[in-house]
Amino acid sequence: MIPAAAAPPLGASAAGENLLGNSVSYRFSHLLGIEALTAEQITFLLDQSKPFQEIQKHPLKKLATLRGKSVALAFFEPSTRTRISFATAASRLGADSMNLQAESSSLKKGESLLDTVHTLDAMKPDCIVMRHASSGAPDFVAKHLQIPVINAGDGTHEHPTQALLDALTIRDHLGHIDKLNVTILGDIQHSRVARSNIQLLGKFGCRFTLCGPAMWLPREIERVGPAGCEIRRTSRMDEALTDADVIIVLRVQSERMNEPSLPTDEYVLQYQLNEERLALAQPGALVLHPGPMIRGLEIDSAVADGPQSCVLEQVTNGVAVRMALLYLLTGGEPSVGAKKDSPSAGD
Amino acid sequence: MLWIKNGRVIDPATNIDAKLDVLIDGENIVACGVPDDIAQLAGKNRGAANTTFDATGLIVAPGFIDLHCHLREPGGEASETIVTGTKAAARGGFTAICPMPNTRPVNDNASVTRSIIERATFAAGVRVWPIGACSAGSKGESLAEIAAMKQAGIVAVSDDGKPVANAKLMRQIMDYCGSLGLPVIDHCEDVSLAAGAVMREGETSVRLGHRGMPAAAESICVGRDTQVAALTGGRLHIAHLSAKASLELVRDAKKRGLAVTCEVTPHHFTLIDEDVAYDTNFKMNPPLASREDRDALLAGLADGTVDAIATDHAPHEPSSKAVEFDKAPFGITGFETALALGLQQLVHTGRIKLMRLVELFTTGPARVLGMERRIAPGQPADLTLFSTDHAWTFRSNESASKSRNTPFDGREFKGAPMATIVAGKVICRR
Amino acid sequence: MSATEIDRTLQRVAHEIVERSGGTSNLALIGVRRRGVPLANRIARAMREIDRVEVPVGTLDITLYRDDLSKVAAHPVIQSSDINFSVDDKDLILVDDVLYTGRTARAAMNALFDLGRPRSLRLCVLIDRGHREMPIEASFVGRMVQTSDSEIIEVKLREIDQDERVILVDRVE
Repeated sequence: MIPAAAAPPLGASAAGENLLGNSVSYRFSHLLGIEALTAEQITFLLDQSKPFQEIQKHPLKKLATLRGKSVALAFFEPSTRTRISFATAASRLGADSMNLQAESSSLKKGESLLDTVHTLDAMKPDCIVMRHASSGAPDFVAKHLQIPVINAGDGTHEHPTQALLDALTIRDHLGHIDKLNVTILGDIQHSRVARSNIQLLGKFGCRFTLCGPAMWLPREIERVGPAGCEIRRTSRMDEALTDADVIIVLRVQSERMNEPSLPTDEYVLQYQLNEERLALAQPGALVLHPGPMIRGLEIDSAVADGPQSCVLEQVTNGVAVRMALLYLLTGGEPSVGAKKDSPSAGD
Repeated sequence: MLWIKNGRVIDPATNIDAKLDVLIDGENIVACGVPDDIAQLAGKNRGAANTTFDATGLIVAPGFIDLHCHLREPGGEASETIVTGTKAAARGGFTAICPMPNTRPVNDNASVTRSIIERATFAAGVRVWPIGACSAGSKGESLAEIAAMKQAGIVAVSDDGKPVANAKLMRQIMDYCGSLGLPVIDHCEDVSLAAGAVMREGETSVRLGHRGMPAAAESICVGRDTQVAALTGGRLHIAHLSAKASLELVRDAKKRGLAVTCEVTPHHFTLIDEDVAYDTNFKMNPPLASREDRDALLAGLADGTVDAIATDHAPHEPSSKAVEFDKAPFGITGFETALALGLQQLVHTGRIKLMRLVELFTTGPARVLGMERRIAPGQPADLTLFSTDHAWTFRSNESASKSRNTPFDGREFKGAPMATIVAGKVICRR
Repeated sequence: MSATEIDRTLQRVAHEIVERSGGTSNLALIGVRRRGVPLANRIARAMREIDRVEVPVGTLDITLYRDDLSKVAAHPVIQSSDINFSVDDKDLILVDDVLYTGRTARAAMNALFDLGRPRSLRLCVLIDRGHREMPIEASFVGRMVQTSDSEIIEVKLREIDQDERVILVDRVE
């Protein structure tokens, strides 16, 4: 029915609903970051998220697809929204979740990351979703475990599911994610969301303008995108927003810097996305925010609640994307030949 | 007597590079010359048996000195002891090593110094010349008991692991050590610029999401230290220099006639920041630098600006390095790969001649310490015999060190230390 | 079955559905991916042309409801379902190409009941080949074919396979 290994990608691969020919399925053993994925693999993941978007609209949202499977949620950094999103995704697929929360964990008592993870692994989850304050921590854990690892955010490195749900949101509104002008506002230096978005949309020919206070705009960020990706920096909002098709507003991260931050009023004066500034962008430009928003700081309430804001949709799409990932990564036993009762043999 | 035959003697102190034999009696060198002359002298030694060592195909050099290493004892014996560390050093061809004082307790007084030296006499036979702390507890507040430590046997002072952050204290230390004839070795780092950093700041650190420190974190401190050296006229040695900007400051200081010297580690002239990802075997301080920095170091090793190669051997037990990159301690081992890397990166590439490489391991470090190193009658019989073409693969799990933290596991080399002789005894042979 | 036989069968089945449905105002066809979809579309067209009734058609992907997913190494690609009408109070006709063990129909029922509460649900298949493993029966059958476990029924439809016939072949081990 479907080849298990990744085959050469289809030529003009349309959105999932129109695929009637042999569908290409990709195997993923982990999702550690967007950097390692090809554009075809990303398109596949976005297409596979669509059925799960639909499930969210059903009166009955629960499936038995992953019944009997368990997902370990190892969140070593505090997070409410992403953790609940993954937990919901697992639950809607019928899977159970094992919850590890940093505040109340044995990590506080000095247990090493490796020991904590081995302990979790000994309870035999089918995959582990991990968020950690150290860049590269999921990479490190994946080297020591046999089960799939999904990166829910590592330090200032990547937040792949966020980039996927952002891309899905953009694609739903604009019909595509190719060659768009994407502006990212805020603390770029410490943002894993910015990096993942650059890696993803950069593979589709998008052009980036990064804008924020100069000390959070490292020169080198212009060269960390995919090959050929155009990235420019500016500290001026008017320059950054002109011609933007998509605007991603970042949260001001006070917990990741061990240095003095900008006074709030300064930030609002110079960098807040308000209606006046938004008007400089393309008409109908999309406003995205990874959340949680601080209304009145990086984003004005009128914009957050306005017609161009996709913030709530991002949250819904987040569950769909995470359901698709859990579905794809928690494969079962290897099958041996076609089975009598598999649909391909006719039922 | 020990008669070393058929070797190629390379001695930077006398500029000799020739096929000569060396004769050793007890702990000292008796002669170095053509085989016939040596045969005559050896023949005179009736009664005692002569041992010969066939050094065919090998270079016979003065005994290597490592100006910078960490033996962890006292206090950190899980990672290394004086016994295991000296064993690894002997395998690396080193006849004398200088352990840094950041032990527990810190080597800031004569009794710790004496205990280290005593431990070493029961170890692998490598000479251990401790470096004492500059400041009490290496806290950077007040002078340590430097004169007492000198009597106990230190050869230099340093607060390695940290800089001497206070310029006034650095001035005092340099003045005081100047009067005692001791060099001051500084680990140059501006603490505020380097705070929280785990690698060199650059494209790689931004892509990986690691906090980085700029080259200026080192060179700002080097600049300050060279000016303090100018003020005091003292002897300043820059530890593990890694940046082009730092090298230029040292070059400039030397031109102005200041007594400033510097050392470079093998990993800094081999690897760069682009080699770092999330493997903690690539995490050390100062971090692996940019391509431009490395190229400048290679040039400095060739043109004489760099005085010595030092390993900064920094063992850490495996479980302490098996953690997230952020949490891992800084440091990699280095004794057993130093010479091979020097041959691979510097000599086999044609950048420097063999004589210069030997200088970087022998007379260079000796000069920093105010000592001599030469193959001549009456000199201590410390020799390093090595091959420039022996093919081998370094395996970390075969290392004599207790620790396995090295980025060079599995690396293939041409050339290795083949025998290490200290005080006339062959303490290690491959 | 040849192409003409398939066509004639579908015409007959469409007629049968209209006759035995006691009113077509609440009728709706649901084609099960993949080959149930063109079959459902053709039945709907037949109903429109012959009986002059408009019956909505939806498509259903049952991948997420399969009972054998844990045995498949790589989870299969999911297509979207597309049912743009409410299933509440409808008389649904589930359309598929072959009825065999009954597991697909079971999965399809689960999927439909997650969407709402149909008034009735009946099954229509082109081929019924026996060997049921579930208490499932089709109300509308194109043709019954006796088969053994060592045989496979292959349905080829022009919309998908560029060919049109039904053949019985031996299973290749």
